[in-house]
Amino acid sequence: MASSDPQDSGAFAIKDCALVALATGRKARLLQEFRRELEGIDIACIYHHFWGGLLQPRFDEREYNNDFAAWVRHGIHDAVLAERLSALVPASYPDLEALRHEIIDLVDERMDEVEHLFWTRATLQFEFVRSQIVVFDTERQLQHPAELAAVTRELSISSIFYHFIDARRRTLDGRDDFSDWLTAFGDEFTPLQERLAGIDPYFSNLGELRDELAQLFSLHIQEAAQ
Amino acid sequence: MSILEDYGRVAGPDVIAQICQLAAPLAGARIVHVNSTRTGGGVAEILTKLIPLTRELGLDARWETITGNSAFFECTKGMHNTLQGNRVPLDENLLRVYEETNARNAEVLRPVLEDADFVFIHDPQPAPLLGYCPNRKGKWIWRCHIDASHPYRPVWKYLHRFVAPYDASIFSLAAFAQELPHPQYLIPPSIDPLGDKNMELEPGKILQIHDKYGIDPHRPLLVQVSRFDRFKDPVGVIEAYRLAKCFLPDIQLVLAGGGATDDPEGEVVLKEVQNAAQDDPDVHVLLLPADANVEINALQRAATIVLQKSVREGFGLTVTEAMWKGKPVIGGDVGGIRLQVMNHHTGFLVNTPEGAALRIRYLLHQKEKLLTMGAKAQSFVRDNFLITRHLREYLTLMVALLHGARDRIELG
Repeated sequence: MASSDPQDSGAFAIKDCALVALATGRKARLLQEFRRELEGIDIACIYHHFWGGLLQPRFDEREYNNDFAAWVRHGIHDAVLAERLSALVPASYPDLEALRHEIIDLVDERMDEVEHLFWTRATLQFEFVRSQIVVFDTERQLQHPAELAAVTRELSISSIFYHFIDARRRTLDGRDDFSDWLTAFGDEFTPLQERLAGIDPYFSNLGELRDELAQLFSLHIQEAAQ
Repeated sequence: MSILEDYGRVAGPDVIAQICQLAAPLAGARIVHVNSTRTGGGVAEILTKLIPLTRELGLDARWETITGNSAFFECTKGMHNTLQGNRVPLDENLLRVYEETNARNAEVLRPVLEDADFVFIHDPQPAPLLGYCPNRKGKWIWRCHIDASHPYRPVWKYLHRFVAPYDASIFSLAAFAQELPHPQYLIPPSIDPLGDKNMELEPGKILQIHDKYGIDPHRPLLVQVSRFDRFKDPVGVIEAYRLAKCFLPDIQLVLAGGGATDDPEGEVVLKEVQNAAQDDPDVHVLLLPADANVEINALQRAATIVLQKSVREGFGLTVTEAMWKGKPVIGGDVGGIRLQVMNHHTGFLVNTPEGAALRIRYLLHQKEKLLTMGAKAQSFVRDNFLITRHLREYLTLMVALLHGARDRIELG
């Protein structure tokens, strides 16, 4: 790949991806079952329920930013744990294993607080799902950040997913690919990197996210020109 | 203009570009889809458009159907019902017909199937074909369109022996997946936005439908479109209509069902529905031919509210169709309807005729809400349930099967 790889200071290779979900057969009806399954499930499930779902059929106006929080609220009907789970930001953990342990800790903490959650039966079953992601090169490359504004509007939403969301799992410091690439161009782009870091990708759909990124890149070019 | 360009105008050019890139590593692959009917039912509808689209991408896709007698379809209908939860054992003689029919069809289809790179077998009807193709070269995928979340175990156990040797299976929802010794992909079905059933219609066409069936265009119209099948609860819909009519005497109801050649039970249920309608002039029970796609389109567009009060549902493509036409849907809180109908956003999920009646009254008193929900429903379908998304996921699955079980596959 080109320069969505931080090691490579050349062109930015635009990649795209497609994601397909798989059933794991793991299900939970009780919070303690959920906790037990969390310990043993494929780490790809954690990825899917936090991130992968963004590329799956879903309603845009999401109440919670991950599937675990949504199930705890609407299946177990515990708003407190749902709120705590929804506050988790995957990129702030060194890896998905650390995120898994944090989720388990939050569940344990809540079960210690409220005894009846041990035996409360969920009104909806939680199905653990994982996904496979296929990444391919679009054979388009950017040579300079000034090109970002125009090109971003033409990217598929899955390309946005790959470079802006999936990148957080791949890059060393959990950033998006655009920010990573901009590092190679020096301090000039530090304000743009800061603005990119300020975008919360969870509460808009990927099309809206694409528009937001394109606007941000355009604004930066205008400001630089002035 | 190519078919892909036509779809690009609805789904967006970026969607088409992505599909073309994903198809590139599969160029020339021989793909065969097999089901049991070319007309009627969601599977046939999807394949009608999926095959030419796949071919235009440079893949050698074809569609084969198996043939059988009435005993075969009686058996597979029973199998369908038991997989959806009916606890009725299947007659041994019928099961023998089921296997013999598949063996006979395999004699005809074997050369094509054994030579294919990918074989998609749709639903239980042709599932045993794999066992009759010992020299198969490609990957075989069993595509289950049914809500098999609570199957009648003896029938599932019987079917399991045919399905287990496949390389992968596909279910519409995680809840439908069953224990199988291979990867189980989750791919919801889709609708064709350019097909007769979903394309834009001239207002005159919709007025013609009003005239043809004696529907008053100035009064609210409730519509349920689906086969006459007990799992679709058409009698429950009439009950909901009656409960709502006490408060809203102007309402009218259309229950429209198409026939499918693999559904021998339809006539019995149709009679039950006609009896339940009791000659109410505002209840229109329409048995439409399998190719009445434009009429179904017009009826859905003529509707004020669309119902799909199923008690079991694989996915519920009629829900998707209605939402695509900007209609809020009152749907049963089951299966794939849950994936589409978001309470207070794109419609309402209900469990009883009483629940459906309550939501009919609510929506007909909240006209603004009705319009907003319809618009949200249309946008939701555009983003998630068009055939372009379906095709993309099939392509992804094929690429993934060629690269093993890894979570991340980097091409090129």
